[in-house]
Amino acid sequence: MAFDYDKYLRPGKLPHIWCPGCGHGIAMKGLIRAIDTCGLDKSNTAIVSGIGCASRLPGYVDFNTLHTAHGRAAAFATGVKMAKPEMNVIVVGGDGDGTAIGGNHFIHACRRNIDMTYVIFNNFIYGMTGGQFSPCTPTGHKASTTVYGNPDPVFDISKLAIGAGASFVARTTAFHATQIDKLIAEGIKHKGLSVIEVLDDCPTTYGRRNKFRSVIEMMERLKTMAVPVAAASKMTAEQLEGKVLTGVLHKEEKPEYCEQYAEVIKRAKGA
Amino acid sequence: MAERYELRFSGAGGQGLITAGIILAEAASIVEGKHAVQSQSYGPEARGGASKSEVIIADEPIDYPKATLVDACLAMTQEAADKYSKDIRPGGLLLVDEDFVQNPPVGDFKVIKMPIVNTAKNEVGRMIVANVVALGAMVALTEVVSRESGETAVLSRVPEAFRELNKTAFNLGFEKVKALIG
Amino acid sequence: MAKKVALLQGNEACAQGALYAGCNFFGGYPITPSTEVAEVLSVELPKIGGKFIQMEDEIAAMASIIGGALAGSKALTATSGPGMSLKQELLGYACIAEVPCVIINVMRGGPSTGMPTGPGQSDVQQAKWGTHGDHPVIALVPASCQEIFTETVRAFNLAEKYRMPVQVLYDEIIGHMRERIEFPEPGELEIINRTEPSVGPEEYKPFDPSFGDVPPMAAFGSGYRFHVTGLNKAADGFPTTKADLVDNEQRRQLRKISAAQSDIELNEEYMTEDAEVVVFAYGSTSRSARYAVNELRKEGVKAGMFRPITLWPFPEKRIAELGKQAKAIIVAELNLGQMNLEVERCVKGACDVPFIGRVDGEPINPGQIMDKVKEVK
Repeated sequence: MAFDYDKYLRPGKLPHIWCPGCGHGIAMKGLIRAIDTCGLDKSNTAIVSGIGCASRLPGYVDFNTLHTAHGRAAAFATGVKMAKPEMNVIVVGGDGDGTAIGGNHFIHACRRNIDMTYVIFNNFIYGMTGGQFSPCTPTGHKASTTVYGNPDPVFDISKLAIGAGASFVARTTAFHATQIDKLIAEGIKHKGLSVIEVLDDCPTTYGRRNKFRSVIEMMERLKTMAVPVAAASKMTAEQLEGKVLTGVLHKEEKPEYCEQYAEVIKRAKGA
Repeated sequence: MAERYELRFSGAGGQGLITAGIILAEAASIVEGKHAVQSQSYGPEARGGASKSEVIIADEPIDYPKATLVDACLAMTQEAADKYSKDIRPGGLLLVDEDFVQNPPVGDFKVIKMPIVNTAKNEVGRMIVANVVALGAMVALTEVVSRESGETAVLSRVPEAFRELNKTAFNLGFEKVKALIG
Repeated sequence: MAKKVALLQGNEACAQGALYAGCNFFGGYPITPSTEVAEVLSVELPKIGGKFIQMEDEIAAMASIIGGALAGSKALTATSGPGMSLKQELLGYACIAEVPCVIINVMRGGPSTGMPTGPGQSDVQQAKWGTHGDHPVIALVPASCQEIFTETVRAFNLAEKYRMPVQVLYDEIIGHMRERIEFPEPGELEIINRTEPSVGPEEYKPFDPSFGDVPPMAAFGSGYRFHVTGLNKAADGFPTTKADLVDNEQRRQLRKISAAQSDIELNEEYMTEDAEVVVFAYGSTSRSARYAVNELRKEGVKAGMFRPITLWPFPEKRIAELGKQAKAIIVAELNLGQMNLEVERCVKGACDVPFIGRVDGEPINPGQIMDKVKEVK
């Protein structure tokens, strides 16, 4: 039987704002399947976002949804989680939202290792504002504000998350649709801050300027650039040039923030 | 006691003068039920620099919380003496630590000199209680609160293990000034 | 039984007032001269099972309290000018999303880093106009340590009652000075909590105007699933650009305050009945004004003081009346001209509005006020 997405979608809120060919819908469906796999109670789950195309996702899904200000999703979500640690808190947003204006909140959420799942849709561009370059736009590529080629180096979101202290970090792409829900589900089940980076396409503002002739070509690119972690270990540096690793990149058990704070409460009450 | 009595504790940051001011304000307002306001001004230094703490004590509610004309001023260092003795009221009091204020300022106020830091160091045995020696001295000098109230306020602030030390410091300061002013 | 008394710093009194009001969430970032509020709550909140979190920056601190409040907490943050400038972004979010929370601004000199350990009252217009867009504002300006306690309680009550952020502004002088506080007994001061929905989750709309200008508020995780956004929204909480819906919502939000002015406004008048010269002062400056009025009265000068305790919404009506009664309303404040503009607007030329401003890190002293009063012809 086909998966029943309607169980999780708010009636009357579709169509979404995303362009034809945008991978955000694929990622959203992956998120919904992951939530279903984990059996999360809708009323006990909060989905928090910032500003941008990806950040419109919470409006479409039937949970406690919080569409915050640009970049601030992780900080709002931290407040919700601290106040009610028993709730499942999932953050969604784009690459510009999460790593530029929200970069500070992102790394500190990772550092605290607070039990939330951050799904970051990396489409290499600021889509909603019309295609300005983000910290994830490849160097040399074109955006509306880098018509001569992007001079900026690129953030590797997953490496950033690992370096900042997130205890579960995974990456996949919008092409690998079934891997999206598997990784998000693993992230939700993991105790601590989980980051799932979904490499995505933006045909309207990124593809068009960078000579991708079709959405299919962009999807092909996502497909060919992805190398599963296991396969990468058998490849040479030369073979890995221009590739990105996918799958679970990092997983460790370490103290979770709300549990640590519960200990603070115990010590304060005992004092 | 006058309607409004203004005291200033000045010295170097880290000498515990803000604490001395707080204890005096507690003696006046909590122990004796008068009105008191304690305030301080300080720079970016946690240690060193010139620091002051002011206490205003009155029978009525206190409006203006800062010193206007200081009735009694304590100066633990030369820098503090030079900087903070300027607005002592005519006929007011200036208590200085004689070992650290070599050149007490001259003005229309009475200067009382005594060793404060050295009393703490040599007679109490701990330099850290110099502020409590100073507090005892200021209570004796001004009689703005009773000796008992001052001692009660000191003891309510210190952990059990340091009660005797602080009690000794407070009373040494008090008695040394009494001996000086007769 | 005698009440519990203590010599408390203004900032400590603020923290105690918050606890009395039922605050159970604090999100903050260290900044002089407000830090003691955070320090006290970091000790006290976990003792009652409350949450204290030191966030990565001022914006995150504001975000965390909005998140906490949406999950049902009574949330507080505390800051000073530079932090308040950063918090403006999400102060606007709390306004449009109608999230109750309290923001303490212990005012220091400015602009920018200014004078971190010196007093100022130069954030009072920022409190009203700092965040962009039209939005309701409640700002309270206590003048003593005891009043910081009671006004912090009132700030929580107003935030919960009107479902919006409330600012409490006091200057470094009273933030750092110590006075005796009498702790009110539990139950002695009224404590207001937000109105929860009376309808079931299926019918619930987070901004349903049929329940009045302040619609009931559900908490995340309580079974009511709803959407919160910083976009202009309709009654159901979802974004809209429909002209009439946006207009209705914006006007309702301002009406929450304008229709409730008499409930929110709080002033103290001192010897204004027959005053020919009224001194308008708030916070620590009002203490100098009262001192000056007492001295002037001894000299036979008919001076009085008007002290707003609620600064925003502004006491327009009463200031207009005093403007007709007095020869002059002198505005004294630790800035170079802010609330005098509001007084001038309200008196509409009926009397002079001389100004005393000071920004050198020192308080306005009673002598300055007395001199200015005597200059009035």
